[in-house]
Amino acid sequence: MSAAPAHSRPGGDPHNLGHGDVPISERGPAPKRIVVAYGFWIFLLSDFILFSGFFAAYAVLAKETAGGPAGRDIFDLPLVAWETAFLLLSSFACGMAAIATTAKSVRWFQVSMAVTALFGAAFLACELYEFVHLIGEGNGPSRSAFLSAFFALVGCHGLHVTLGMLWLTTMMAQVWAKGFRDDIVRRIACFALFWHALDIIWVALFTVVYLLGSAA
Amino acid sequence: MSETDDTLHQEDGAGADRAPGEDEPQSIAEQVRGYGIGLGLAAVLTLASFWALASGLIYGPAIPVALIALAVAQMGVHLVFFLHVTSGPDNTNNVLALAFGVLIVALVMVGTLWIMAHLDHNMMSMGDMIRMQR
Repeated sequence: MSAAPAHSRPGGDPHNLGHGDVPISERGPAPKRIVVAYGFWIFLLSDFILFSGFFAAYAVLAKETAGGPAGRDIFDLPLVAWETAFLLLSSFACGMAAIATTAKSVRWFQVSMAVTALFGAAFLACELYEFVHLIGEGNGPSRSAFLSAFFALVGCHGLHVTLGMLWLTTMMAQVWAKGFRDDIVRRIACFALFWHALDIIWVALFTVVYLLGSAA
Repeated sequence: MSETDDTLHQEDGAGADRAPGEDEPQSIAEQVRGYGIGLGLAAVLTLASFWALASGLIYGPAIPVALIALAVAQMGVHLVFFLHVTSGPDNTNNVLALAFGVLIVALVMVGTLWIMAHLDHNMMSMGDMIRMQR
């Protein structure tokens, strides 16, 4: 019984359960940067739950084609591969913009955000092409329950990306006009969370809708 | 504006939490490297997904399982390298919120599929029922 257990060492407590010397009730509020990002994190998780509803509806209705085309008849996998690449590169460029923000480099921020926007626009163009193509062939959302669920799910993601593009350009304008002010840096952090989260949803989407739809 | 939390990576003392999406304080080169690793891994996993479907080398009924495993892995890569979710003590709040979100998503998905499959079976027309029993 010579060595004291690790958790009773002074300054031990590796998981910080005691939160240092100051009791948690007397530490005051967390910095605004953390409160804001955490609140947005909760919103993103609720957004995932929204998408889970669309995913569940799609999974239930995927086989209800009402005599119309099934997924493997209409999905264009090379186009989906391009969309995936565009969105992944866009997410990477958004990460570069976040680094430029920590480095306080306006030029690199604007360059990275412009690249993010370009890849995002390329993604949206592919999706728009796909939708117009499908509707033009008579396979619009009113064709079957499967296509209703497909357009609702993929369209909901596309709508998120569209809104993200608006936010993105707003952040570029705000940094251009006002620089890296504290409140603007917090907005950039939230935007980065949003953009990466959309890429995570796209991973689920291309797997469940396009790849599994083509496999079945 | 008299905001005082001046930088993204300020040290708030030993017990400080990390904001969601915030990376640990490190040099720019290290940060870029982190995103680069994430991009590389995500690209490999994406290619593996498309390959698993197209190559025909994987036993047919196993393809959905392989695709879902690859997707979960890629979402993990995104969370770790892009959203900087870690198992560290300063990330506990973020991870717990995420875990709760994943729980609800799983309940909605699994619950819906389970209930609807049963309903589909119970509401089956007589013709389908006879066909199934043949």
